[in-house]
Amino acid sequence: MSELLSVRDLTVSYGDLTIVDRVSFSLSAGEWLMVVGPNGAGKSTIVSAISGGAPHRGRVSVLGRSLTSYKPSALARVMGVLAQRHNVGYAFTVEEVVRLGRYCHRRGVFAGSTSQDEAAIERAVAMTGLEPIWRQSVLTLSGGELQRTFLAQLFAQDPQALILDEPTNHLDLAYQEQVFDLISQWLKEPGRAVLSVVHDLSLARAYGSSALLLDRGRSVGSGPVSDTLSRQRLSQVYEMDVYAWMERMLSQWQEVVTL
Amino acid sequence: MAHARQRRGERGLARWAGQLVFPALALVVMVVAVSLGSVSVPLGQTVEALWRAATGQPQPDRMIASIIVSTRLPRVICAALIGAGLSVGGAAMQGLLKNPLADGSTLGVSGGAALGAVVAIAFGLTLPGLPFGSVMVMAMVFAFLSLVIIMGLAYRLDNSLSTNTIILLGVIFSMFVSSIVSLLITFSDDKIHSITFWLMGSLAGANLNQALALAGVLAVGATAIVACGRELNAFAVGEDNARQVGIDVRRIKVVVLVSVSALIGVCVAVGGSIAFVGLVTPHMVRLLVGPNHRRLLPASLFGGAAFLMLADLVARTVLSPRELPIGVVTSFIGAIFFLTIFWRARKGV
Repeated sequence: MSELLSVRDLTVSYGDLTIVDRVSFSLSAGEWLMVVGPNGAGKSTIVSAISGGAPHRGRVSVLGRSLTSYKPSALARVMGVLAQRHNVGYAFTVEEVVRLGRYCHRRGVFAGSTSQDEAAIERAVAMTGLEPIWRQSVLTLSGGELQRTFLAQLFAQDPQALILDEPTNHLDLAYQEQVFDLISQWLKEPGRAVLSVVHDLSLARAYGSSALLLDRGRSVGSGPVSDTLSRQRLSQVYEMDVYAWMERMLSQWQEVVTL
Repeated sequence: MAHARQRRGERGLARWAGQLVFPALALVVMVVAVSLGSVSVPLGQTVEALWRAATGQPQPDRMIASIIVSTRLPRVICAALIGAGLSVGGAAMQGLLKNPLADGSTLGVSGGAALGAVVAIAFGLTLPGLPFGSVMVMAMVFAFLSLVIIMGLAYRLDNSLSTNTIILLGVIFSMFVSSIVSLLITFSDDKIHSITFWLMGSLAGANLNQALALAGVLAVGATAIVACGRELNAFAVGEDNARQVGIDVRRIKVVVLVSVSALIGVCVAVGGSIAFVGLVTPHMVRLLVGPNHRRLLPASLFGGAAFLMLADLVARTVLSPRELPIGVVTSFIGAIFFLTIFWRARKGV
């Protein structure tokens, strides 16, 4: 079964206000789906609806089964979610936070960790390069290190699909590159897929294989990235000539090179 | 990585050995607390009297044996069990709400439990066969209702459950509840003495039956809480993170809240309002064993027992023969602690 996630007519409303209006899309193995749109388009709301937080209407199925029929731990083995920001209250070590990722694989209340757990954690640590800060308190980490810690937790959880809500929104460029490269490396294993909400259209084009373009809660287009994020559509949705803007931005750097 | 793992193993061993410190401390404090008082008994003689009582051998000095075993031991055991219950309950709340200032007294749960107990005393509610049972049951039920009301309001007002929201709601709720308690006292002339005596929070009348009731609730409630150690770690990182790693968030909340209400209810029913124990002990213990609930919860259990036995010892010896209400001692220490934690959290020291 290559279709990991299927969403039909997803609608989220608070009172009379409809935030997401009959949005449909699907996510298949090997795919990196970018959810794109201006502020207030309903991107993050879609993520919180499919990750179990927000009440919604419509049909969301995971591996062909309704989302609501899953136990939380069974769902976590298929789908892992990375939040936009993390605000940890206590001085847990990086290790303790990463180990929580193995929760959905545990067998009993007092069961210790298995060799499978250790192997998954070791892989996650190797990928994210957390070894030097493994014993450090998360309260002492920079924003980028903290995001890498939670990414390692997600890798240790070892789901088939990653759901990411603006994973690098407040991070420096170097961290953006690091995080996105890590995720594309993770995606190389067969059977995996990624859905991410991104604000930055260049990142969406550079890393995504497909895109879902939203405008005020409605789907304006979906499919391969280059078709979906076409000049005409983006201009319509963002109410400006996005291509011209991007070219102007790039030209700033070309001048530097020629000088 | 292999090297790192070995290091990890050694550290783990040292940390688990550190776990034995708290049970040992509680045991030592218990013997000391039993031996000291208006008549001080040498430690050796105390241990001997306790040993003979435990093994059923005849006591050489019956006067001393009666002081140690019949008078002081039930009281000290009650103090230990109440301290353990309030502390493990406080530690669980602090993890669940990701808030180091959460505790039965700051959240208003103790106040709610006190209201339940006062209602039971004022209206003379009784359970057949259990003269004190109605006070305990009412305290537990009211503790649970208080938690549900406070958490319900907090989630509606501010989904992130920030410190300010929780503490403010706790203060408002405590004031509201204490006004109802005052109202009940005003209208219950004949019961006024037993209500005020109980409200003062004293362990002077503690007996073995109460110790048994405490032990029973503690055995069930604390076991349920300690079994949630892993889940509470995730909640302490963040409720969203707990949901994301696959925890049944709703189930864990119900288990922890019911257990905490039962613990606070039974502790308040026996000892009255003993404030701040659930705040002070987990905080001190966290400094020593770290925030991991798999170590923090058992350590808080024994650390709390030691703390309240010491507080009770101070209460009955510092102005001897006069006895202070134990709540006075814990509030005095607790208020200073509360301020320190709040100060450090705000100033980021």
